[in-house]
Amino acid sequence: MFRFLIKRVLLGVSTLFAISVTVFALFFMGPADPAASMCGTKQCTPVQHERITTFLELDRPPHEQYASYMRGIFVGRTIGGDSPDAIECPAPCLGINFRTYEQVSTVIGRTMPITFSIVLGGAVLYVLIGTGLGMLSAIKRGSIFDRIASGTALTFASTQIFFIGSVLLLVFVYQTDLLPLPKYVPFTESPLGWLGGMIVPWIALGLINSAQYARLSRAQMIETLSEDFVRTARAKGLAIAPIYFRHALRAAVTPIVTIAGLDIGGQLGGVAITETTFSLNGMGRTAVRAIDEANLPVVMGIVLFSAMFLVLSTIIVDILYSVIDPRVKLGTSGGH
Amino acid sequence: MSTANNPYLQVSNLRVKFETHDGTVKAVDGVTFSVEKGKTLGIVGESGSGKSVTSLAIMGLHNPKSTLLQGEILVDGRNVVGMPDDKLRLLRGRDMAMIFQDPLTALHPFYTIGRQLVEAYRVHHKVTKAVAKKRAIEMLDRVGIPQPQRRFGQYPHEFSGGMRQRAMIAMSLINDPNLLIADEPTTALDVTVQAQILDLLNDLQREFHSAVILITHDLGVVSQVADDVLVMYGGRVAEYGTAQQVMKLPQHPYTWGLLASMPSLRGDPEADLLPIKGNPPSLLNVPPGCVFHPRCRYAMLKGGPCDREVPELLQLRTVDEPGHTVACHLPERQRIETYQEEISSVGVAQ
Amino acid sequence: MTETVDAVQLDTGWKAAQGEPLLKVENLIKHFPVRGGMFGSKQHVRAVDGVSFEVRPGETLGLVGESGCGKSTTGRMLVRLLEPTSGKITFEGQDITHARRGQLQRLRSDMQIIFQDPYSSLNPRHTVGTIVGMPLKVNNINPPGGVKKRVQELLELVGLNPEHYNRFPHEFSGGQRQRIGIARSLALRPKIIVADEPVSALDVSIQAQVINLLRDLQRDLNLAFVFIAHDLAVVRHFSQRVAVMYLGKIVEIGPREQIYNRPAHPYTKALLSAVPDATRLGESVGRIRLQGDVPTPINPPSGCRFRTRCWKAQDICATQEPALSVKETGSLAACHFPENAVLIEN
Repeated sequence: MFRFLIKRVLLGVSTLFAISVTVFALFFMGPADPAASMCGTKQCTPVQHERITTFLELDRPPHEQYASYMRGIFVGRTIGGDSPDAIECPAPCLGINFRTYEQVSTVIGRTMPITFSIVLGGAVLYVLIGTGLGMLSAIKRGSIFDRIASGTALTFASTQIFFIGSVLLLVFVYQTDLLPLPKYVPFTESPLGWLGGMIVPWIALGLINSAQYARLSRAQMIETLSEDFVRTARAKGLAIAPIYFRHALRAAVTPIVTIAGLDIGGQLGGVAITETTFSLNGMGRTAVRAIDEANLPVVMGIVLFSAMFLVLSTIIVDILYSVIDPRVKLGTSGGH
Repeated sequence: MSTANNPYLQVSNLRVKFETHDGTVKAVDGVTFSVEKGKTLGIVGESGSGKSVTSLAIMGLHNPKSTLLQGEILVDGRNVVGMPDDKLRLLRGRDMAMIFQDPLTALHPFYTIGRQLVEAYRVHHKVTKAVAKKRAIEMLDRVGIPQPQRRFGQYPHEFSGGMRQRAMIAMSLINDPNLLIADEPTTALDVTVQAQILDLLNDLQREFHSAVILITHDLGVVSQVADDVLVMYGGRVAEYGTAQQVMKLPQHPYTWGLLASMPSLRGDPEADLLPIKGNPPSLLNVPPGCVFHPRCRYAMLKGGPCDREVPELLQLRTVDEPGHTVACHLPERQRIETYQEEISSVGVAQ
Repeated sequence: MTETVDAVQLDTGWKAAQGEPLLKVENLIKHFPVRGGMFGSKQHVRAVDGVSFEVRPGETLGLVGESGCGKSTTGRMLVRLLEPTSGKITFEGQDITHARRGQLQRLRSDMQIIFQDPYSSLNPRHTVGTIVGMPLKVNNINPPGGVKKRVQELLELVGLNPEHYNRFPHEFSGGQRQRIGIARSLALRPKIIVADEPVSALDVSIQAQVINLLRDLQRDLNLAFVFIAHDLAVVRHFSQRVAVMYLGKIVEIGPREQIYNRPAHPYTKALLSAVPDATRLGESVGRIRLQGDVPTPINPPSGCRFRTRCWKAQDICATQEPALSVKETGSLAACHFPENAVLIEN
């Protein structure tokens, strides 16, 4: 276990390192001129342009910029050098927003709770509902319930969040006022406000994603119900409930945990379309805007964070897997 | 042959049909047999013979939605055909238990052996976990698993194939059932382990005095443990008698085919085997008349009854072998001569 | 492994009588790395641990043993589906142990393998004609009369209707599928076929059909076989010589009559004794029952690997590994206390 963790963390760190190099390289390969965009297009004098470029150290070669970026993460740095406006950026320093001079860590600190609220809340909803419906469909395979559920699942699975989201907003918020307008209120400030602000995005995510989980878990459960050990459970004389819940469910749920883990982990770095649909300034929407603005430090910060969430989620999934399935031993590979 | 008046299991004219996309499968078509306590019935047949379907029907483990059961299955006098599942399940695991072919897939991979045994006991006994645990460890010990205390807490994948099958046997016997059905219990095992398991089953039967059905494709296995033998083909009974009768003077050309196509450890290894020609029938489209006639070397076709009439299962007449019954149109005299002249020198038949 | 006597050298009687071997295997070893133990230290599954034998043209060598004895691994190394860890494989005098592409391609036409599972070894999307003709296409061989004619000849040879050329594998039964696999393996007119449990997935009656077919082919085409199987009776019907394997080693090798009638190694004897025999109803006299299971090949017992289950084991068995040597019965066996009684009289 310990060995496994060390190995996976080292692997994760090297992944993050590789990603950071790639993002940096891509940035400098492109024609972007962040100084120009910060300076504003209308009255940017060459002097101003020059000043900004020096302030942001954009005049230095890419590898030096990269080195100072990495140094910033581990020991912190001062951005702007000798300039009177120099910004003190303590470790872990992810640089500053080229546009607003705000520290990137602050940007992430502000946007992350929004994305987390959308994703985690939505995930709890759709994983539970989707899996539950799928399992029920499998048990009542071929029944009317199964057919309706499967049909509905297929319909929602083939729609997109911006469509469902807009329809929900139009029908339940703008026209009827049944549901509150999506907005982010910190949970610590007002739990109810938080809940209310998130309810519409959650429903939208739930409708679309629970369909996928319903289909997946239905297939899993049907497969598990035909397993030999389920027949053994029946042969023992067990009643229906323990056969389904104790024997079939636990085996069927394993692959769902894997997929849900990676799915959620992948979304924690930002769900741009969802955030845009509901005008919530989470990490995804912020990242998209930053890319438009050639705002390297913001892009870099969010990319690194989302990669980190993904790496963490794979580690968590593997640990969960070994908890559910005793045959899986962490850190051992292959073997017969 | 069960000559006693009160066999523990009495199956009469059992028919099992499945509905599939391609049509109705007649998996079992009029099968009758009985087993008393303390006796072992070997059901022999190849894939598609209906032997496993028969055992699942007895246990009520078929899929009730797509399967149609007809006939009578009396377990200790109670007909389980048509019995509602909530009543039938009380018999399962307590009065009748089952061992499956592959213990690795038949045991739940996520639960310890001990937990699965305890569960099997507590379904039918209102006892505390501690009492059930004691019983489980006793059973593990009884089936020859060393260090049962330690093994109790291990998972199936930590057991070897032979030990897993022992654990499966322990689980099936934990409620002291009167009927034990073993469906190919040694097919997945190595030959030295198979020998251990067969010995164990023999010992346990003597101790528990249950009625045992052993389902297998291997006549060698049957001859080692069975008192009676039922040979099935295409969902019907081809031949039924004591092991002695069926192995020493087999009467059905299909039984001959099985014996003559099995390579043996004795006799001339250079001699060709006598395989049965062709392939087993599709149960969607069963041949008319005797289901074996398209593959039978001796079928009487031109004007003969084999492709027109289904042969009845009849008692031998010319030899005094009470209980030895055969479903074949060939005259008995001809059967006996053919066996002795053509078959008895080939394969295991010699 | 230093004490392993070169079994091939001892097998002199055969050499004189039969000429050069087609296939010669010397001290073949395959270790698979695994990670195990609490600290994840590197360990090895010693799947095959020093195996030597020869196969002469037109001869069948049977490899028998229980699961995990290394017989299939050995078969896969012979046709180079697996890279040997060490040892030497010689085919027609050529060292093919580490053959590379060009050499391997030539080798593939002389040496074929057929597998146990006729369901998974045929591509379900290809017609029988394509499957059987594939080896010809891959090797750019255009036989006289064309590929189709050759394929139909092959189908006929294995007892399939040549008109079924355009059918797909799922339209055939298990036994017929195994015939398709055999036809494919014959396409390049090989000299030797490695048959890995070719009949164990088949029903008894079908199994006999395939055994008879293989025997006919061997006779008619003078094919050599390495016949890998766990079923001793099947091996007896198909092999002139037999090697018994246990935990990665050959414990006994010799002509069929010696192995089956007068086994020298206690393991061979126990194995034969364990086969349920339909001719002996309910008899249990003189049966040998081995206790326990085969130990793990990761950490095999010291000395003689069979000693933990052997009723004859003594102190020397734990300290000294017995080498293969000629025993009284005539076969080569690796045992300190060999058997010498006649087991089965013909």
